[in-house]
Formats: sequence, C-alpha cells, structure tokens
Amino acid sequence: MAAIAMREIEGRSRGWWGLFALGGALLLGMLLAWHAMETRGHVITGMTNQVVWGLPHVFAVFLILAASGVLNVASAASAFGKGFYKPLAPLSSWLAIVLLAGGLAVLGLDLGRSDRLIVAMTHFNFKSIFAWNMFLYSGYFAVVALYLWTQLDRTAGRHSTLAGRVAFVWRLVLTTGTGSIFGFLIAREAYSSALLAPMFIVLSIVYGMAIYLLVLIATCAGSGRELGRGVVERIGRLLGWFVLTGLYFVAVFHLTNLYLAKQIGVERFLLVDGGVYSWLFWVGQVLLGSVVPLLLLWLPATRGGRGITTLAAALIVLGGLAQMYVTIVGAQAWPLDLFPGYEMRSSFYDGVIHPYAPSLPEAALALGGVAIALLGALLGVKFLRLLPANLSDESLQPGEGAH
Amino acid sequence: MTSRRAFLGKAAALGGIAVAPGLFLFEPARAKGVTSKVRWGMLVDTTRCDEGCDACVAACNRENGLSGRTGPDDSQWIRKLELKEEATGRTLSLPVMCQHCAEPPCVDVCPTGASFKRADGIVLVDRHICIGCRYCMMACPYKARSFVHYPLHDQKPDVPRSQGCVEACTLCVQRVDRGEQPACVEACGATGRQALFFGDLNDPQSEISRRMRAAGAKQIRADLQLDTGVRYQGI
Repeated sequence: MAAIAMREIEGRSRGWWGLFALGGALLLGMLLAWHAMETRGHVITGMTNQVVWGLPHVFAVFLILAASGVLNVASAASAFGKGFYKPLAPLSSWLAIVLLAGGLAVLGLDLGRSDRLIVAMTHFNFKSIFAWNMFLYSGYFAVVALYLWTQLDRTAGRHSTLAGRVAFVWRLVLTTGTGSIFGFLIAREAYSSALLAPMFIVLSIVYGMAIYLLVLIATCAGSGRELGRGVVERIGRLLGWFVLTGLYFVAVFHLTNLYLAKQIGVERFLLVDGGVYSWLFWVGQVLLGSVVPLLLLWLPATRGGRGITTLAAALIVLGGLAQMYVTIVGAQAWPLDLFPGYEMRSSFYDGVIHPYAPSLPEAALALGGVAIALLGALLGVKFLRLLPANLSDESLQPGEGAH
Repeated sequence: MTSRRAFLGKAAALGGIAVAPGLFLFEPARAKGVTSKVRWGMLVDTTRCDEGCDACVAACNRENGLSGRTGPDDSQWIRKLELKEEATGRTLSLPVMCQHCAEPPCVDVCPTGASFKRADGIVLVDRHICIGCRYCMMACPYKARSFVHYPLHDQKPDVPRSQGCVEACTLCVQRVDRGEQPACVEACGATGRQALFFGDLNDPQSEISRRMRAAGAKQIRADLQLDTGVRYQGI
C-alpha cells in the first residue's frame, strides 16, 4: 500500500462553526448548572437519597465507556495488525482522549464537593475501585497521548505497535474498573455480578465504534473529503459483530440473574413491570439500539451507505444511553430488601419503587460532557492530522486483509 | 531562570503551609482516647418497640440538628420500619440506622478514605475529605446514609454537617466520648419501653452482652456477613 497522506480539515465551514457554537452553548449550560448546584445544592436536581446517581452518571459512564471503546479502531491496527485501520487510528486515539475528558468532567462537577477535587487526587483508599479508577483514567490519558504521538510523529512511529499494545491492555483494565464500580456493589440486587466487567468491555467497543463512525462520516461530509462506501461498510460490519456480542452478554447477564430466586423480583421489575425502565430496555436498548442497527449495518441493501450508517450509529448511541439509564437509575429505583419475606414501609421510602425525574440543571450538566467531547473532536480534526486526505476505497483498500 | 525557580519554590512552600493544617490537624483528634478494646454496639429488642412510637427518631433529630423533614432529599439518620411478614401477617416495628459494620462496604468503596471506622467500631464520615460522590450510599445495604442536598443553617457545634457531604448515624459519638449514651437509647428508656440498649460488645459483663447471650440477637442481612454492631431481637 502506498503511503497515505494525513491532513487536517479546513474547519471554516458553516457546519463546523455551527457545531462549535452548539458545543460552546452546551458547555456554558454545564457551567451554569454546576454553579447552581454548588450554591443551591443537589436539591435542584432530580437525584435524592433514594436515587443517588442520576442522569449525569448515565452520561458520564457512557462517555467513559465510549472513550475506552473508540480506541478499538486503533487497536485493530496495532494490536491485531489490520493495516486497513492504521490511517484511521489517529482519530480514534484523539476521540478516546476527548470522550474521557467529557465523562470525567461530568463526574467531577456532579460531586457534592467538587471544590475538593484536589482531595480526591491526594487522599486514596486503595480498597476502593473508585480510587483505582482515578489512576486508570489519568493513566489512560497519558498512554493514549503517547500512542497518538507515535502515530503522528514519524520518528516516534517505530514505537507505535508497542504503544498500541500497552493502550489495548490499559483500556481492558480501565473498563473492567468501570464495570466493577457496579459489579462490586453487593447491596444492590441488580448488580453484584462479575459479569458486569466483561459486559462493559464489549459495550464500550459498541458505543465507541458507533461514535467513531458518526465523527468520521460527519467530518468527511462537512469537509468534502471522499469517503469510500467500502470503508464505511467494513467498519460497520465489525461494529455489527460487537453489537451482537453485546446483546449476547446482556442476555447471559439477565438469564443468570433470573436463575437466582432472590434476583427474580428486580429482574421482573427491569424487564416487565418497570414502566419506563422496561420500555427503555426492550425498545431503546434491544430493538432500536441493537437489532435495528445490526440489520442496517449488515443487510446487503443498506450496509455501507453514509446516511444509513449514520442512522445506525446514532441509534446505537441512543440505545447505549438507554442501557446506562436502565443499568444505573433502574437498579436504584428498585428498593433495597432489608427483610426478605416482609412488606416494609417507613418515612425513608423503604419497600417502594423510588421515582426519579431528571431536572434541567442535571441534564445540562450531563450534556456538558458531550459538549466537551464535541468541542475536542472539532478542534482535533481542525488542528491535528488525524485523518487521511483521501478516504476513498481506492486509497484505503478496505477489501485487503478483511476477514 | 533562577528567579523563576526561586519563585516557584516559595509558591510551593506557601501552598504547603496553607494546606497542611487542613490535612493534618484533625488527624490526632480522630484517634484521641479511642481504643479497639471497646466495640460499641446497640441492641434493639423489637418485642418492646411499639408501632407509632418514634421517640428515638425525634431524639436523634434534636441531638444532631436534623430538620425532621422526611422528603426524598432530607437526611434521616434513623427511621422506624414497619414490617409485615408476607406468609403469616405478623407485624413488627423497629428502628434502622447505620449498623456500624465491622466490615463496612461504605468504607471499602470510599475513594478518599472519608468513610472510616474508628478503633471502637463506630463508622463515621470525615467531613474534611468527603467529596460527595455518594458511592458509599450505593454500597450500603441498609440505606443508612443521607446526602446533604441543600445549604444548612444553625448547626449544632459538636455535630458538624456539610452541604454536599454524606452523613449517617454516628452512634452520637459526641455523647459516647463524654461517657453518655446515644440520644435514641436515652429517649427510648425515657418512654419506659426500653427497647434499645447501648454498650460494649467486647465486654462479656456489659448489659448488652448479657442480654445478647441470654436471648440471642440477629443481624439484618446476616447473609452479607458484615458483622454489624447493631443487633436485633425478635426478628
């Protein structure tokens, strides 16, 4: 294959500026929401002493997972030796950094005492998976930044395979850590499963690759850069496999829970009786977030089309958010069972389904994470040579080395 | 170059001086006079606990400066649970608060170490280093913790609370350290019902140990093997 020239985009189009303005507005909204929550307290959010983690955590965990998974495109090149993905790797590495920044910003600004971030970075309880994650997340920034440097700098390029392998292992550990935040919670019936960690790894790849495709297609469309149908089809086909694997893990997770008599109540709630949670699961996560995009990505009539693939990727993103909502909020809506076999009531809402309705400030905080990732992506493609100048099928040869 | 280096050095030193008191001064206070020879615990005799009586809850609110409001955003350090056994219809009434586990999940998951267990078994939140992440609330099997959702006014001097931090029953540590009993135990005794007993679980001669030896006592969610400091009779 001939050397592929990498080039930044001009970044002066109406679309670029429009998205930049949108990102800026959302970021401003985030800062205003944060200020309001700092001064008036979390009482202005929908989060309570019953549902303690809400929409900000849904978005934060989604973005952190996507940050890990989006690097899969680069890993395919360096860890699995697929040459086709090599020129596509720099964008995937950059997106990993900006998505993580967005997710962590939401988590950090949602803290009850976000002014104490320095405390979080100087006091560590090493038995806490949260403390471990602080090292895993900050380390991921460093590892991916180095990896990106090996991709962009010709002299450092000889280390790119090594850096890619380190980054690959790092993101597996990182996502294991993210999944374990929930997996280690013995108190909550919906969690308490070692399966959450591997499931999160697969889901991270699903979310990350969907976002990669969205950014790739939008960048090429906005900058008038040619993007081959075969290129889109090949990435989409791989994404389809991960969507299928994700569905498999979700099925195994719920089936194993259904096998345990004590978990049947919460499973019945999430899958059947849970109202918004059951709808989000079946319609959001399974149907629109997995089955429909899988068909769009794989059917001969639709696969490879830019518009159709954009639709499929957007559905996967929305399905992913639905999945995080069910996983994080749905699990807390189900009351803790202090006395199995007893009906409970108290002034502290024991024994009843806990309602949750996100408020505008927490929605603004959550969307601010997306804004940070969006602004980062816009600046990245404008100032860094993250994408090939020519992404046509003739240039990238998507048929070569394909499985 | 030298002057910049010197400036940075001075800035770092000043920063250290500014931060050090906050980091270190409260440490000795935390450990003062506390020994692991004692393990403070509480016994709830549910056969003496009446439905409708909330003397313990009212006393806790008074002692610790809680509002007593019971909205979804309000702190409740202790609440009365009314139970009805599904199979038999048997009813029970009992208070639930932080169970002061020997193996507390909240302490395990706390990223900064703000959730900690004192040598005498009392599980507390260090308000200086709690960042308000609420992971402990996700981890607690007893729903014992509350997050302060709004600004606080007129706090009690010996019970510091903080907006944006997590809090829970302290076993009235300020009273225990003065040699007194927790407010709920005292209030329950004053009603004449005497459903609550406080004492040293490590001392076989303490009243709480004698009562537990005589009639047995159970833990809520004993299956989790957290070795709670609060035990129940009649459940």
